[in-house]
Amino acid sequence: MTEKSLMKGNEALAEAAIRAGCKCFFAYPITPQNEIAAYMAKRMPKVGGVFLQAESEIGAINMVYGCAGTGTRCMTSSSSPGMSLKTEGISYIAGADLPCVIVSIQRGGPGLGGIQPAQSDYYQSTKAPGHGDFKMLVFAPDSVQEMADLVAKAFELSDNYRMPALIIADGLLGQMMEPVSFADIKETNATVEKNWKADGHGSKRKKNIINSLYLEAEKLDAKVRERFERYKEIENKHTQVECYETDDAEILLVAYGSTARIAKSAVRRAREQGIKAGILRPITLWPFPKNEICEAAKNAEKVLVVEMSMGQMVDDVKLALNCRIPVEFYGRTGGVVPDPADVLSEIKKIKGV
Amino acid sequence: MPSFKRPKSLADVKFHYCPGCTHGIIHRLVAEVIDEMDIEGETIGVCPVGCSVLAYDYFNCDMMQASHGRSPAVATGIKRAKPDKLVFTYQGDGDLASIGTAETIHAAARGENITIIFVNNTIYGMTGGQMAPTTLPGQVTQTSPYGRDTAREGFPLKICEIMSQIDGVAYAERVAVIDYKSIMNAKKAIRKAFDVQMKKQGFSIVELLSNCPTNWGMSTLDSIERIKTQVIPYYPLGVFKEGSIR
Repeated sequence: MTEKSLMKGNEALAEAAIRAGCKCFFAYPITPQNEIAAYMAKRMPKVGGVFLQAESEIGAINMVYGCAGTGTRCMTSSSSPGMSLKTEGISYIAGADLPCVIVSIQRGGPGLGGIQPAQSDYYQSTKAPGHGDFKMLVFAPDSVQEMADLVAKAFELSDNYRMPALIIADGLLGQMMEPVSFADIKETNATVEKNWKADGHGSKRKKNIINSLYLEAEKLDAKVRERFERYKEIENKHTQVECYETDDAEILLVAYGSTARIAKSAVRRAREQGIKAGILRPITLWPFPKNEICEAAKNAEKVLVVEMSMGQMVDDVKLALNCRIPVEFYGRTGGVVPDPADVLSEIKKIKGV
Repeated sequence: MPSFKRPKSLADVKFHYCPGCTHGIIHRLVAEVIDEMDIEGETIGVCPVGCSVLAYDYFNCDMMQASHGRSPAVATGIKRAKPDKLVFTYQGDGDLASIGTAETIHAAARGENITIIFVNNTIYGMTGGQMAPTTLPGQVTQTSPYGRDTAREGFPLKICEIMSQIDGVAYAERVAVIDYKSIMNAKKAIRKAFDVQMKKQGFSIVELLSNCPTNWGMSTLDSIERIKTQVIPYYPLGVFKEGSIR
């Protein structure tokens, strides 16, 4: 029997990161992600790692830049207003092709917003995590176990593809406790050697430069295009979803993170009442599961997207389906968590029963 | 007979700096010290946004280019991962004393074992000569065309004086690069700062009063004269803090 611990999502993620080989963690306080930093502050010195509280989110993400540039696995975490501050650094990290993991435990916005769970940073995470043409790997866990599992995967893919990876969760997943096993989480090495790292050449190789500046337009264009070739491969190989009762679904729900669990409850209740509902849960928000959504919607009359936002992922679902099927939306904001009964009412409403 | 050669850790490429600018001298001093310590292979340099943004092409050690003002945070990340390497940043006054004030002050306060080479020429050079936090009262720049008015734009920041108040700082000295004697002294200060770092004694910074003939709108010789007669009186030379923090 696998041993399980009862842990908060934030703590499970931190423990898994250490087991996955995270050597340095750079922190800045913000609710609702503080348990990650608190856990790292306790554990890192005991495992020979580095915990450092930076002067700001900007400081923390730039420490990640420097640390990642030496080829060291490292991480930082924040929440919505803090993520806005990190966007500059994330852009530089992407521009210099550095691997690292960033964790975003979303809260309500805009501005200082609130400290309750939200999913209103979908656009920021998947479309504009900083200036310039680039993508981050974006993983959206829906349980404490997945908070742990996906952080390990994020480190691995980030290293393999030399790009930043984001774990996007919300205050609910970060704060709630569930049983979690770390049996399968271990450090996996990059499949490619980090021969680009700038950690002192030791007079044994040519010097390395970590840089995102290309003053010649053609060279920058070529660099961006090379990066997008990598993105294409990721889209083909690493898109991840969970499907539940989608085979014969007439009403297909699409939701991610904690909202997906609520929507799944609503799907179960709908089935009990004879409505053929199903749900597709994107586990990767980038790459976005376009083909998987089309496949799951093959018998669908209508699609219902549920988010804790005013509707952000819904745009990507519409694009994926190319407006072939009507796409409806149900969302709550500001930290209000949707109730399964409300989602069920939406299902019934669009089914016309 | 000693001969005058290019330092081994300075790349054999042409600098992009304007004629008469002292960045070239300062690059050379840093490279000479790295050579003397025989530490090029164990050094990681961080260059800023500003005139020295391309410094990664000029030093032969491993280099990283940081976003505007963030070099001390980047250097912190490097040093925490690789505590035995020599890590230095090379920053101008806009980068360090304006947009990067928080990163600079807090790296110093943490006593990070890094060295900052701070080139203060009292102006934003690369963007065409705008007012910097270090611009002298009355100094004409693109964005203070009638001269810096302290009633409107406030007062210059004196970085070494600020550093002298911070417990994490093991070494802070202000030097100039205006003649043979001051250049030799500047080199000594850089050597001292790197030694302090390698002995893990704490944060070290060398502020070098530099010129900007192009944006000051004067000849090289006049710019050197300006440093002597106007800049040094406002930013006095000397050691502002010295001694291990540990």
